[in-house]
Amino acid sequence: MSDPMEEFKGVFFEECAELLINLEEGLMQLRDGDSDPETLNSVFRAVHSIKGGAGAFGFNHLVSFAHIQETLLDDIRAGALTMEVDDFTVLLQACDILGELVGAAQRGEDLTADYGSDIAAAMKKIIGDADAPQSSDDDEKPAVIPDEQITRHYKIDFKPHLHLFQRANEPLLLIRELGSLGLLSVSLDSSDMPQIEGMNPEHAYFSWVFHLVTDQNEEDISEVFEFVEGDCDLAITDLGPYLSPDDFVADEAAGLFAPEKLPEKTISASPGKTMVSQSIRVELDKVDRLVNMVGELVITQAMLREQGGQLLSAQYPNLAQGIESLSRHIRDLQNDVMAIRAQPVKSVFCRMPRLVRELTTSLGKKARLVMSGEETEVDKTVTERIGDPLMHMIRNSVDHGLEGPEGRLKAGKDAEGTIRLSAFHRGGRIIIEIEDDGAGINREVVLKKAIEKGLVTPDAALSDEEIDNLIFLPGFSTAENVSNVSGRGVGMDVVRKNIQGLGGRITIVSRTGQGSKFTMSLPLTLAVMDGMVVKIGHEKYVLPLINIIQTLRPAPADVSSLPDGRRVIMFRGNYISLVPLYEVFDIKDARHDPCESLVVVVEGEGGQLMGFIVDDLVNQQQVVIKSLESNYELVAGVSGATILGNGRVSLIVDIAAIQEMALEPQGIFTEPTTPPTHISQEIH
Amino acid sequence: MTSQSSPAMASDDLVKQYISFTIGDDHYAVEITTVREIKGWIPTTDLPNSPDYMRGVINMRGVIVPVFDLRTRFQRGTTEPGNTHVVIIIRLEERTIGILVDAVSDILTIASADILAVPDQDANPEYSFMEGLVSVEGKMVAILKPDLLFQVDLITDNMNLKE
Repeated sequence: MSDPMEEFKGVFFEECAELLINLEEGLMQLRDGDSDPETLNSVFRAVHSIKGGAGAFGFNHLVSFAHIQETLLDDIRAGALTMEVDDFTVLLQACDILGELVGAAQRGEDLTADYGSDIAAAMKKIIGDADAPQSSDDDEKPAVIPDEQITRHYKIDFKPHLHLFQRANEPLLLIRELGSLGLLSVSLDSSDMPQIEGMNPEHAYFSWVFHLVTDQNEEDISEVFEFVEGDCDLAITDLGPYLSPDDFVADEAAGLFAPEKLPEKTISASPGKTMVSQSIRVELDKVDRLVNMVGELVITQAMLREQGGQLLSAQYPNLAQGIESLSRHIRDLQNDVMAIRAQPVKSVFCRMPRLVRELTTSLGKKARLVMSGEETEVDKTVTERIGDPLMHMIRNSVDHGLEGPEGRLKAGKDAEGTIRLSAFHRGGRIIIEIEDDGAGINREVVLKKAIEKGLVTPDAALSDEEIDNLIFLPGFSTAENVSNVSGRGVGMDVVRKNIQGLGGRITIVSRTGQGSKFTMSLPLTLAVMDGMVVKIGHEKYVLPLINIIQTLRPAPADVSSLPDGRRVIMFRGNYISLVPLYEVFDIKDARHDPCESLVVVVEGEGGQLMGFIVDDLVNQQQVVIKSLESNYELVAGVSGATILGNGRVSLIVDIAAIQEMALEPQGIFTEPTTPPTHISQEIH
Repeated sequence: MTSQSSPAMASDDLVKQYISFTIGDDHYAVEITTVREIKGWIPTTDLPNSPDYMRGVINMRGVIVPVFDLRTRFQRGTTEPGNTHVVIIIRLEERTIGILVDAVSDILTIASADILAVPDQDANPEYSFMEGLVSVEGKMVAILKPDLLFQVDLITDNMNLKE
């Protein structure tokens, strides 16, 4: 991207993506009535900024559409319009179209000239209803300052360095921008100006003192000077709340403006961000390189520890100490680097409201999406990959979960269905729940279908929970007539596979007539974990430490056999199954007798305990998770691989998958869920 | 980092370089641009429940790379790797794989016009992994399309694994 214009465009589209998210979010808050005065301003600013940028690049279609939307928002802001919920729906649809237009501009496509014209007309109608005049940038209507907005008085000392002009900066532009923030008075200090013979025309000699009365905060002001940072001395002093125009003028003998102009100038619509976060934009590639490098460091550090070992600590205690503190620092570094990659799930959630809107329109249903926990942070690798499964599940909830408006009324529910999407942290994992208040799973239909498709035998006695979980089986689609929304071959089995590919689990709880709840539990990061390295024959495997309860060597008397050949041991008052990992992984030279080897008691999904038979424990260490699929494919029973200190690859055991493989009674998938009260729990 | 993996025979006089290698007495070649590295055999980590030509995975500077035994792939038994065996690291589209061969022999410069068709290839789609045959100093060298050689298998194995 050598063309600077292209680069600017790139930045513009990046910003658009953010602005669109803000816009949509703000509009939804407005619709739901839980907005503060700043929400409307930020919504306006988002549209305004998109329009402005689009104008600069000549995206005319985008500009004209954004202009209508901006006008409407401006009227709302000015109090000329009172909005109904339906009007916000129009604005939200307009927001979708704006997104499409931005996307088309980004791809360099042209949409038909009348694209979005219906929504544009709807917006014009709302504007027309209020009989409000059209306005644009040039004849922007004076905005009313809401009472609660605090106007403050700032003193700004701005002294450019001599080389300011050489950095292609122009104070006049800054002063103009500052003027757009509020009421501005300017005084010039030219005392540094040398005599003409000593003057360098390329040097900046002037400095200024500004007095600014504005409702913007200090950060907004310093943002004006963003580009001259380092090229000037800048001091912004907050002189406290601004009382009245008279005080101000009295205070300011220079009085370069008439006080009555104040309301007009104090437009809070400066194109900028509501919240100036102390952040920088970094290309993802750079972060990923950093993460990889730290990963390599962790491996090298593990190698050093392994090689150094006891020999070192005896002979060179200082060196051993150094390695020890290096390990600690690397661990901290790793945590910090991983935190860089952490992203609020909002980036995924924000795609859902639109999806629900589109679905409800095309399916003729009414639904509202209630989201919570959007700020929950999770590693980017996770957010990147939950998008599709999440969309599929939402689609599923709207399509199959919710009833039509009549059906809902008949069932005594609100015609508008509710879908709750929430995210939160629990036990070192992120939990995402999708809950609808629809009809719940029709178990009769599901069972019938499963039998039809030969997924279960007709005489199988299944608990409700087991029936519910049948929907995750491959080749299962409950839609009675396959709509184009869901049920086009990709079913919940794909969702489950995707989630499992992320090291996550998905379960469903359904209550007839009350709705269904999908619960996804996902790891916070796919990059590192604490592992226990175990030996099985000549191979070393890694068990996730978080699942390990205890390690023990049973006495021969502790081990019993079930009629089906499985071996069990008594552990904390219950019998638990022994899982011969050497068999699962087909390792020939491993020890088979648990009394000669070790049993690692691990906790699987749903709190189920299993005893893994391993030859020996090697050590406990932090492992960097590497993907097997990127160059090969998923391997059953293995969630990934890692590199040990000796440079060899070691596989990470997928405990939940082993649980499925080993404990399956009749080959029917029974994923344990948090059992709701009405489901009797089966004990294996 | 896009690499061309399935060389298209666009122009008649296209001259390309190939790396040739041996498995027993047979000679094979792959296009040189797909080859990332040639390294001596190092012990692999076995992958459970994988096809027999899958020899396990190795660590290549932090990346997990699967190693395939070409001899097994061609149903000629299993290679007993020793010091002289080499793994040719090949980049295919998005994947990096290693193929275990007996030895690397030469770099060949071949004009596409000199590449001869594989007899009856059309009738035997399973031979599509060969791009063609060339005769070099009286020996036949089969030019392989490694993407088809393993991709097809990966896909079918994938399907088999899905219950």
